Amino acid sequence: MDFIFYFGEVFSPLSFLLLLGGTIGGLILGATPGLSPTMAVALLIPFTFHLEAVQGLILLGAAYTSTVAGGAVSAILLKIPGAPANIATTLDGHKMAKQGQGAKALQLSFLASAVGGIFGVLLLIFLTPLLAQWALAFGPSHLFWLAILGVTVIGSLDSASVVKGLLSGCIGLWLATIGFDDIMGAQRFIFHPSLGGGINIIAALIGLFAIPQVLTMFAKGRRADGAEVIEVQKHSVLDATRELLRRPRALGIGTITGSIIGLIPGVGGQIAGLVAYDQTKKFSSEKEKFGHGHSEGVIAAESANNAMVGPSLVPLLTLSIPGSPTAAVLLGGLLIHGIFPGSDLFDNHPDVAWTFINSMLVGQVLMCLFGLYVAGLAARVAQVPQSVMAAIVLALSVFGAYSVQSSMGDVYVMACLGIGMYFLERFGFSAAPLVLGLILGPIAESNFIQGGMIADATVGKSAYFLTGGLNIFLIAVVVASIAYSAWMELRSRRYTTKEEAQA
Amino acid sequence: MKKLIAGAAIALMGLAGAAMSEEYPERPIMMMVSYGAGGATDFQARIVTMTAGNEDALGMPIAIINKPGAGGRVGWNWFATQADADGYTLAAYNVPHFIAQSIKGGVQYSAESFEPIANWGADPAVFVVGADSPFNSMADVVAYAQGNPGKLTFSGAGLFVGHHIAALQIEKAAGVKMAYIPTKGGGAAAMKAVIAGEVMGGINNLSDAYRAQEAGNVRILGVADLQRSDFLPDVPTMQEQGLEVDNSSVNFRGVMVPKGTPQEVIDKLAATVPAMFANDRVSKKMAAGGSPMHIMTRDEVKEMWAAREQTLKELLAGL
Repeated sequence: MDFIFYFGEVFSPLSFLLLLGGTIGGLILGATPGLSPTMAVALLIPFTFHLEAVQGLILLGAAYTSTVAGGAVSAILLKIPGAPANIATTLDGHKMAKQGQGAKALQLSFLASAVGGIFGVLLLIFLTPLLAQWALAFGPSHLFWLAILGVTVIGSLDSASVVKGLLSGCIGLWLATIGFDDIMGAQRFIFHPSLGGGINIIAALIGLFAIPQVLTMFAKGRRADGAEVIEVQKHSVLDATRELLRRPRALGIGTITGSIIGLIPGVGGQIAGLVAYDQTKKFSSEKEKFGHGHSEGVIAAESANNAMVGPSLVPLLTLSIPGSPTAAVLLGGLLIHGIFPGSDLFDNHPDVAWTFINSMLVGQVLMCLFGLYVAGLAARVAQVPQSVMAAIVLALSVFGAYSVQSSMGDVYVMACLGIGMYFLERFGFSAAPLVLGLILGPIAESNFIQGGMIADATVGKSAYFLTGGLNIFLIAVVVASIAYSAWMELRSRRYTTKEEAQA
Repeated sequence: MKKLIAGAAIALMGLAGAAMSEEYPERPIMMMVSYGAGGATDFQARIVTMTAGNEDALGMPIAIINKPGAGGRVGWNWFATQADADGYTLAAYNVPHFIAQSIKGGVQYSAESFEPIANWGADPAVFVVGADSPFNSMADVVAYAQGNPGKLTFSGAGLFVGHHIAALQIEKAAGVKMAYIPTKGGGAAAMKAVIAGEVMGGINNLSDAYRAQEAGNVRILGVADLQRSDFLPDVPTMQEQGLEVDNSSVNFRGVMVPKGTPQEVIDKLAATVPAMFANDRVSKKMAAGGSPMHIMTRDEVKEMWAAREQTLKELLAGL
């Protein structure tokens, strides 16, 4: 209960001002395509040089919390996920926006984010020692199976046909192999120096999601001159809250999946939203509505990606191991003040540790309030003529891709992938499974090779990958996931044939 | 109109290069770090350059730009081929990383592509084991490796980086074969593998290992350097434990410029930068973060680069 004692610190004038500034700034940065939470936190690090350790961390914590949620704004209104965490939000969120329910989608996403986020931070407060053990339990073999579990989702994600979903997943897996391979030291598919570092995931996200949008807008822009892109119906916050409470299953699955997956170092943040989305879809009674602007999809994805924030800091705060790129940046923020995460942090600097954690708790609430305000403004943003909108999105895309690592190469990669995706979309392929392949490929590959090297030196590959409780559990989940998809596919096929027969 | 012409003239003078040495630097300087924000190199680069704007230093701030990817190759490739050699584009180097990479090939740079300015830090590689490991010294490790050739698994951050060099040197010095497991995701992932017990030991940065040892998660068995570290006065070096491992794997970090930068600019930087690193505020922050400092002048760095290239060529020849 230590944390309650330190709540006063969060509300001291300067701290609260920083919290407020971090939250609002974070929302704006998060809503800008290309500025991922990691980037936003890194941008703020120099400011913390001049602050006390506690205040610096409050700023960073608030920014981390709200950039993750802010990414939903561009995901819903523009169909550009600000970070991998927001991919799942685009699937239903943007469809809702297109149907004029943009305000509702945004309200739901911020409310769900707050619920998930607060749950995640509470986990961090009460269960940290336990969670640290869990985070360490995942070795190479388990991460490999986890990535395979993600691959089983690919076929059914946002595609009309399983085959097309799998094909675009394969394209993603291939793209993921480009670049220098850190483990074997090989160079693969590098035909241009820009590709030496592989395909940057943020640049790819922008290209795959935003550029086809822009091209489509330009393609029909002239005909509907001055037309509104999206109509936004007013929607009251009270209704949104009621809607959220009517969907406890999506909220629950999202929050819990996000918390569990967020814990796992190196994997969590990127796939939490997608896995939660898929699980919610499987357990939902209205499966067929997913992907057509269903509120459950937005709730599950956004509660999951904010629930991940708290647990993702567990390995950093307890073991001093940054589990995600953002955590690595936060580590820098701590070290600069001479504070070592780990037992030192909680024993010798409890004021810093608990004020930081508390500020994330308060930050979630502030983020939700400002987010709801932004949702009200969304109507105006969306009433921009299509041709103007296309130009704005294009400019943001180029800026976003460039700013990731100040590299023109990433802009070319973004443009090429985007143009390719435009044509693929014409043939019924979609971007989400492709991106999932791009994210999961390296995780599966590097953990398989690394696990294989360890296995060869010790017990042998089959024993290493196929025995042990956690391995068997994960394999069982993979098998169940494939079986379920196959069963659903067969059932729907029988259904359609019957309908056709009747017709 | 006159103002316009004057402005254009000043702009031209700025481009001319030779004319600018008088008042160099007259605008903020950029420094490229070829690793991601928040990494050890980035973190240290930000600290050592934070006083650049002081009057007794360069009088202009240094802004850090990150170009991460492929173990640093992306950033250094860019620096060797595309960076302007006008003194306003600096870069951080990591030795032995970039020299080892240039020896293995596939990159567009070598030690000849860059001009060193000064060195700020030296982070030795150390051998760590989990807190509950049966190994208590390097002798235990070597004895196990001799009894079980190729079975002792130990992690490190990738190939052809300091950790890998240290691993190769230990194997060579002890005459044993062990299983080096390179991890993706740098030193943090390698450290996690040790703490979680996925591997029996690991090579890691002294600064990160020091923190992990303070937290009670690992024990440090040996330092791959010529003398003991101030942070770890109780941990013996590899040589003290009978393993002929020199300081080739020590991760030296410093500042360099592209070849072709005007000599006056190099001289000015070489004269000012070491003093800037020696600033009190800088050394306090570095010590607080557990980052060992080791300031070297341009001539010392030149010598170090040459020596390193020699040893690494021999070491990597068999691979």
